[in-house]
Amino acid sequence: MNVIGERINGMFTVIGDAISAKDPGPVRDMAIKQLEHGANTLDINVGTRVPKDERAEVMRWLVESVREVTDAPLAIDNPALSTMRVGIEAATKKGPAIINSTTGQEDKLASFMALAHEFSAGIICLAIDENGVAASTDAKLEIGMRSVGAAMDAGVPLEQVYLDPIILPVNCDQAAPGIVLETISQFGMLSDPAPHIVIGLSNLSQGASERPLINRTFLVMAIAAGLDASIHDPLDTGLMNEMITAEMLLNKSIYSNSYLKAHLQSL
Amino acid sequence: MKLMETAVEKWSGAIQEVTLGAGADAGGTRTSTIKVGGAAALPFMDFEGVTPNAPVVAMEVWDCEPTDWPAPLREALGDVVKDPAEWARTCVEEYGADAICLKLANTHPDEGNTSPQEAAAVVKAVLAATSVPLIIWGCENDEKDNDVMPVCSQAAAGERCLLGAVTEDNYKTLVAACQADGHSLIGLSPIDINIAKQVNILVSEMGFPLDRMVMYQTTGALGYGIEYTYSIQERGRLAALGADKMMALPVICMVGQEAWRAKEAKATAEEQPTWGNADTRGVYWELATAATLLQAGSDIMVMRHPDAVRALKGVVGNLMK
Repeated sequence: MNVIGERINGMFTVIGDAISAKDPGPVRDMAIKQLEHGANTLDINVGTRVPKDERAEVMRWLVESVREVTDAPLAIDNPALSTMRVGIEAATKKGPAIINSTTGQEDKLASFMALAHEFSAGIICLAIDENGVAASTDAKLEIGMRSVGAAMDAGVPLEQVYLDPIILPVNCDQAAPGIVLETISQFGMLSDPAPHIVIGLSNLSQGASERPLINRTFLVMAIAAGLDASIHDPLDTGLMNEMITAEMLLNKSIYSNSYLKAHLQSL
Repeated sequence: MKLMETAVEKWSGAIQEVTLGAGADAGGTRTSTIKVGGAAALPFMDFEGVTPNAPVVAMEVWDCEPTDWPAPLREALGDVVKDPAEWARTCVEEYGADAICLKLANTHPDEGNTSPQEAAAVVKAVLAATSVPLIIWGCENDEKDNDVMPVCSQAAAGERCLLGAVTEDNYKTLVAACQADGHSLIGLSPIDINIAKQVNILVSEMGFPLDRMVMYQTTGALGYGIEYTYSIQERGRLAALGADKMMALPVICMVGQEAWRAKEAKATAEEQPTWGNADTRGVYWELATAATLLQAGSDIMVMRHPDAVRALKGVVGNLMK
């Protein structure tokens, strides 16, 4: 399971304040803390407080601050190609990077895939296109197929492709989680080798009560359906323990009495 | 024209490399040190990844004359078995053993019940008689091993020996001794992959480095559970190559010990007149056990019969070509 730690995001007060104060300390600390708690990849998001014309520079600063303490993969989280290029370029100077993310419009896919190819980066492809978020399994699969095709056209290996079926808040559409689970199980059959499948987990419980419980329960269900990457909070130990247990129950890791500890020691 | 595409597996992990023996530069007296492990692919699949180190062929030596070993084995080894140092020297110089595995069988309370100091004297004598890395194995009586092994560890301090074996229920004493004296450790589990992993976790939680650990998953001889050993070792190796660091340790196999317990190996011609030449039957049994386990992912093969050692070295040489 590729855990993409979500905590380096300008929307969180501690990171937002660090960005305003140009203080790399809290950013570095959060990077280390997430890795120590089991993150494999770190998401980097400047947030919405930063004015649009400053976002590329802030992205560069965030990436460089994190790169001072780790060469772990970084997921550059921004919708704009120009900011993405700055982040990916800075991140791949020392370690791997993932583009987070592109939507499924033909021209946008082509330009983001070209960037992924140029920097040998991974790329997250959302089930969104000119018609908005794909609502049905069929519509999600169609965009997934289009994304896989674009990757092959651009020479991006399928091991670098992450399909995101898009999970919406459960209090908006209660049928959506079931549709996402069905999509996850079918994404795996789109190609050989199969693409990775990722979700932005926290979105599921936006505005709901019992947020941690909803996130944890769904993550376990999604892992059983074939999810192999997730953008979430690695500092939520309960969530991480459920994830580790689900993978163990699916025989993806060898059981031992100390299997929870073993997971962290194996990182 | 290419008729068939080779299916190549991509692995994300590799087996830890463990160094056996310390030369003068590292504070020991060995003139030959050995690296084991390091493989980044399934055994001998050189088109999938590197296997930097050949499996090691070690020979078993006891601290007393093993009177119950079958006649073909005793006859092949001769009188040297009366003197552990001479036995070890012969294994290295005449039979080409890469390492010696000294079993302190005589320390067992039901055998000679020899003292820790007597055992340590044997360890020193074997070290003096040979220049290859030494594996020191207790008598597998926890209480006695906890008395004997720390003294032997200290007697061999700095030689980077491989000491065994620790179990889920008895590991702290030996881990502390190996930590203090710079040795490596064998973790034993009874054909149980979950316990094997647990032993590794427990030992590493004491701060013992993984690059000084070897797993003993218990060896089953041909006809006596070899398929269980094979499956467990193979599953462990697959997990290791999939980046499970707690399973990414080299594996030791007690081939001679198990093969020569089989009735097919030790039955005399009088007992089993239709089973073929008794002088070579056991050698083949030992060799077949070893050759099979090499394919499961084994790094240190502890053998008994000189002819099986010679033949196994040939097998390893061919596989590593």
